[in-house]
Amino acid sequence: MTFRIKPAMLKIAAAAWLIGATAAMADTTLEFTQWWEPELPAGSLRKIMDDFEAANPGIKVTLVSGPYATTRDQISVGAATGTLSDVVGLDGAWVNNLNAQGALADMNPMMDASKFDKAQVADIIKVDGKAVMFPVASFVYPVFVNLDLAAQAGVTKLPSTRAEFLEAAKKMTHADKNQYGWVLPLSLQTPSGVQNDMMSWVWASGQSMMANGKPALEGKPVVDMLTFVKSLNDAGTISPGIATKTEQEKVEEFVNDRVGMMIDSLAHVNLIRKRNPKLNFDLIPVPVVENYTGKRGLPYASWGIGISAASKHQEEAWKLVQYLMSEKVNAKLVSLANAFPGNVNAKPDFVTSDKAFAKAFEIFKTGYLANEFTGLPVAEDLMTQFDVQAQKMLAGEQSPEQAATAAQKGWMAKF
Amino acid sequence: MTRQKRSHHKLKRAVAPYLYLSPSLLIIGLLMLLPMATVIAYSFQNSAVLRRDPTFAGLKHYQAIFDDPVFWASLWHTLYFTCMSVIFHMTIGMVFALMLNSDRINPTLRNILRVLYILPWLFTAVIIAVIWRLLLEPNGVVNSILMQIGIIGSKIEWFSSPETALHAVTFANIWAGYPLFMVSLLAGLQGIPKDFYEAADIDGAKAYQKLIFITIPQLMPIIISISLLDFIWTMQVFPLIWITTGGGPIYSTEVLSTYTYKLAFSSYNLSQASASAVVILLISLGLTLFYIRYQKAR
Repeated sequence: MTFRIKPAMLKIAAAAWLIGATAAMADTTLEFTQWWEPELPAGSLRKIMDDFEAANPGIKVTLVSGPYATTRDQISVGAATGTLSDVVGLDGAWVNNLNAQGALADMNPMMDASKFDKAQVADIIKVDGKAVMFPVASFVYPVFVNLDLAAQAGVTKLPSTRAEFLEAAKKMTHADKNQYGWVLPLSLQTPSGVQNDMMSWVWASGQSMMANGKPALEGKPVVDMLTFVKSLNDAGTISPGIATKTEQEKVEEFVNDRVGMMIDSLAHVNLIRKRNPKLNFDLIPVPVVENYTGKRGLPYASWGIGISAASKHQEEAWKLVQYLMSEKVNAKLVSLANAFPGNVNAKPDFVTSDKAFAKAFEIFKTGYLANEFTGLPVAEDLMTQFDVQAQKMLAGEQSPEQAATAAQKGWMAKF
Repeated sequence: MTRQKRSHHKLKRAVAPYLYLSPSLLIIGLLMLLPMATVIAYSFQNSAVLRRDPTFAGLKHYQAIFDDPVFWASLWHTLYFTCMSVIFHMTIGMVFALMLNSDRINPTLRNILRVLYILPWLFTAVIIAVIWRLLLEPNGVVNSILMQIGIIGSKIEWFSSPETALHAVTFANIWAGYPLFMVSLLAGLQGIPKDFYEAADIDGAKAYQKLIFITIPQLMPIIISISLLDFIWTMQVFPLIWITTGGGPIYSTEVLSTYTYKLAFSSYNLSQASASAVVILLISLGLTLFYIRYQKAR
């Protein structure tokens, strides 16, 4: 059998190709690098991008997704080589370095040009006056309390101050049964314990580890926090193995009824329930210093977003950022991520359907987001340095004051 | 054949081997020499990788790491970790190889032991790290057994205490690495002619004399080769230490590999990290040259 291509068919094919090619040429393709897609339900971020593309004809979004650590390395290299994606997922700990490399665009002019309502966003991360990042989704860190262990120990009122926390931790500790009041992960492999489990005590009481943009570790807030942590350690209330414990192990110990209280990400609520469905726990804000009645700082980690300074499509990139920060889309995204919204008007659906999240949302609404490591230079290195000094203090090699002085010296060298 | 043709033929013969080698040379160049040269270049630049226009820094970054007490502590820990690992790999490997080669052990038991002894070699570094973290955690099996038999009175934080952490990671590495020696030495033992031992029996030699005067001299080439290779490999161990202790507590298990990693990915000081990597390269290169010379001498 012979097959002849008729001239008419050829013409149709050529016309179709021409239309397709023209349409493709007219489209702007944005590249969006982030680590969020693997952490969200399969296909959900792509669906949000599809909705964005439908609402913004002529703009296509290519997702470049990978695990957190890979994304961090990819973004560092991209910033150095000028090949950073148009839109990038950011961690607050990275922005100072990326800004120093001139890799992030200032979003202030974009906000002004589009008359963007700044009041609708929970926070705008600025470095040297440049608006470089919006937190899209925030994972707050309240205190998780094992209610069964608390009841067995006779803790009837959940702690609200540091002194009450120390008392409760003492009561819950039974070293002979491998049961402790608190858990503190200070592994140098991931020194985020300094941020989440130590500095959170400072921020909760409305205090700061900084003064005039410089470290103030020798100030009363940080020294008091170190003294408090030392008193918990001296009382034997902290689960052993502090110096090599990771966040994952912290959660495992809580799940297995081995610690009464831990400071942890709200994102782990479902994981904890899955690992031990019988675990009876509640969430409380991080306790404060005596007589403090002000608003409580709530430690958090976030999925931030920024625009590459090298992007040739900044206008389109800004449209995508605006879209993700808008009330409805933001609520949808954070509902999928079990996180709190970057848009203050957005209300994720889980806060009405789940008691634990509802409680956490109340804590979130009555406090304010606090993470002073966001925007600091080499934030992870600063945490490592503080971690080493805290380890020395807990090993009895130095006092809280000496630990604070040594950490201050190390930090100043980085500023 | 004209003179011109002869010289053309000669040239072809001279070039041919290089053409055959060129694919391998290209791969080695791209995958080994180029990255090495790049890292060496970075070590002489300010803000390497992080800036598009890095400036020449001279020996500044080498000076910085040599002035850092943590670098010297890391070097000492690396040497301790490596030397102890190689010595115990060799000793345990030799004992187990002799055991598996002995006719006095029942063949079935010998086969079971052969499988058991080689097991650590089958695990990846991550699995080994997780196993030992679980075993040596304060509430772990090791503390429980030691307390029950009365060797220790209270729980020891093996990986979290500055006094025990380096010994604990070295122990885990010894456990993971002896099978290489065991397998190599077992192969060597099976290659020693039985006549030697028969002659020694006739001369009335005792077991330890046969070990010292026959077995060890016969195995010496294998022992030296494997020891040198093990020294080079162990010096560069990273995942086991990183996962078990992260270089802590208080730098007590910081080795050159973790020190370099932290400079690069925690401090983002890729210039100093490159300088540290070059120091590791030079130490490894020295050992490699020693190994090559030994191999040539044989």
